[in-house]
Amino acid sequence: MRKMLAVVSRVLTGASQKPGAASEVGRVLLASRNFANDATFDIKKCDIHRLEEGPPTTAVLTREEGLKYYKIMQTVRRMELKADQLYKQKIIRGFCHLYDGQEACCMGLEAGINPTDHVITAYRAHGFTYTRGLPVREILAELTGRRGGCAKGKGGSMHMYAKNFYGGNGIVGAQVPLGAGIALACKYNEKDEICLTLYGDGAANQGQIFEAYNMAALWKLPCIFICENNRYGMGTSVERAAASTDYYKRGDFIPGIRVDGMDVLCVREATKFAAAYCRSGKGPMLMELQTYRYHGHSMSDPGVSYRTREEIQEVRSKSDPIMLLKDRMVNNNLASIEELKEIDVEVRKEIEDAAQFATADPEPPLEELGYHIYSRDPPFEVRGANQWIKYKSVS
Amino acid sequence: MAAGLVRSGLAGCGQQVSRLLRRRFHRSAPAALQVTVRDALNQAMDEELERDEKVFLLGEEVAQYDGAYKVSRGLWKKYGDKRIIDTPISEMGFAGIAVGAAMAGLRPICEFMTFNFSMQAIDQVINSAAKTYYMSGGLQPVPIVFRGPNGASAGVAAQHSQCFAAWYGHCPGLKVVSPWSSEDAKGLIKSAIRDDNPVVVLENELMYGVPFEFPEEAQSKDFLIPIGKAKIEREGTHITLVSHSRPVGHCMEAAAILSKEGIECEVINLRTIRPMDIETIEFSVMKTNHLVTVEGGWPQFGVGAEICARIMEGTSDTPGTGQGLAGAGLYYCPGNLGVVSPA
Repeated sequence: MRKMLAVVSRVLTGASQKPGAASEVGRVLLASRNFANDATFDIKKCDIHRLEEGPPTTAVLTREEGLKYYKIMQTVRRMELKADQLYKQKIIRGFCHLYDGQEACCMGLEAGINPTDHVITAYRAHGFTYTRGLPVREILAELTGRRGGCAKGKGGSMHMYAKNFYGGNGIVGAQVPLGAGIALACKYNEKDEICLTLYGDGAANQGQIFEAYNMAALWKLPCIFICENNRYGMGTSVERAAASTDYYKRGDFIPGIRVDGMDVLCVREATKFAAAYCRSGKGPMLMELQTYRYHGHSMSDPGVSYRTREEIQEVRSKSDPIMLLKDRMVNNNLASIEELKEIDVEVRKEIEDAAQFATADPEPPLEELGYHIYSRDPPFEVRGANQWIKYKSVS
Repeated sequence: MAAGLVRSGLAGCGQQVSRLLRRRFHRSAPAALQVTVRDALNQAMDEELERDEKVFLLGEEVAQYDGAYKVSRGLWKKYGDKRIIDTPISEMGFAGIAVGAAMAGLRPICEFMTFNFSMQAIDQVINSAAKTYYMSGGLQPVPIVFRGPNGASAGVAAQHSQCFAAWYGHCPGLKVVSPWSSEDAKGLIKSAIRDDNPVVVLENELMYGVPFEFPEEAQSKDFLIPIGKAKIEREGTHITLVSHSRPVGHCMEAAAILSKEGIECEVINLRTIRPMDIETIEFSVMKTNHLVTVEGGWPQFGVGAEICARIMEGTSDTPGTGQGLAGAGLYYCPGNLGVVSPA
């Protein structure tokens, strides 16, 4: 309302004499249009396992939430595409696993929990690093291996940490017992917190995950195990990897839900449902998010040798999570196309600035090679590649 | 056997026997307290559990069974289910859970029934625990203790007898300690629990029941032995014997036998495998000019091999030196990799 009045007053005081007046007028017209405060949407019903009922089949989205989700998802999308570009320019090297296509997962999950809850995921982690609170410039600078990166350039794509976000883990499946351990700490501390423990369809066949299921259920740990099923574990489709592709049932004695991972509202409602279950002390729950990644497994995989371009195109045109949100908002008068375009422009600028920073920032100095080996220890010396080279190590 | 080795090492040296005042190993107090290694460990854990609420113990049979080797006897009765947790037989799973709990701020003691079983979980120890502080640029510490019996026992065969000192001692980011006596056990494990880094405590099953004199200072609730410092158990001038864990006892026995023949051995108890106190060994070897390493692990790529390599590098008249990856961890930043690897 205030914004609208400001624009109106600006126009009335004669700003309309400047070039671009037409757009000013257009914007006034736009601003004076009343948007709905919120709208209710039907969302896909979740398949359930060992549950009497699942999450609700409708969701309310407020205008404010919609704009927020849109901006965040668009930022993740653009950030990943920028990373793709920087990788092809060889400014980013090493591993780079991109998350574009899966934005509804990280956004919906974050929307369903509190900032004091905990999240841990595997290596396709840039989206979560952002939703858990790190700025794009620190993420991109970490990808380019510069000292302004969130891990000072020492971790890279797969090892980004933030408050209540435990990475970023490189060993497939290892993060799942870690997540159960974080949930154990939540229960131990009695602070009503939960832990979201993510893994992919490929990792779902790891033995240690079943060990974690067993202990989490036995000890009623407040852990939501989340399988981001994007249909392919590297180059292996789910049918070729798993005897049972009903990942939400693989927890056996753990109740599970299968969720449309391309719909941010569906993910949010399912997360709220699962979080409430865990917080009530009933133990862990399993969520399978059916989602899709546009890029290959990593930047060294074109992603078309094990799936068709047609398939990728079909998902993009029919199920893109950002497009789905945008259509919903525009068709239900929660936002206008122009407004969303403005957000796009803002996001693009933020990403450009971040990429500039990530490209220009210097690499961490060689003298700091030995830093951060031990925590809270007095400084000591580390041997280099031979006995005459020494590095200082500071905690 | 150790005595024989030493003897043959000195053969032909034409030593002039000099009698030194032998320092007495244990000074007896009027009321000498004898404590077994098992009880020392138990006492240490009890004290740390009491001192800090965040400390807890998990592992197979640690609670209701009182510990497979009775090291955690009485702790479950005293502290209950929340702090002393029996786990199913899932090493990789519960080691990962312990590491996750440490990342979230608790201070777990993760017991492996023997370190042979830690191989199932070694990824969690190395990749999740040891490397994380470095990879996160100093953001994420992992204050965890992994403990359990290591090395050979009596007649348990190959799969249950491996010594892991060299394997764990290889990795930056980990601290590795190997106590011999009761005082070692208590002081080292207390330091390990209070340390904010992942520490591997390599105990020895055959030592659990062995009593040692417990000096008065060791009876304190704040008795700590610094990690990274070796102890000279016995001073000598003719030859240096370096060891860790149970073989330290063998060295002491050998030293006693040799002393009767006029050969005075200096016995060094490493106490810590990583970071290794090479200075103490260097000073000793500079004095004695003879070195024998004694350990329960295989010789190739072992603890003794490392000591010999470092001593060789350190002395001015040996040509040998070692090239390797910088002992810091693998820096992600691609520009630096060319500098830190020897290739």
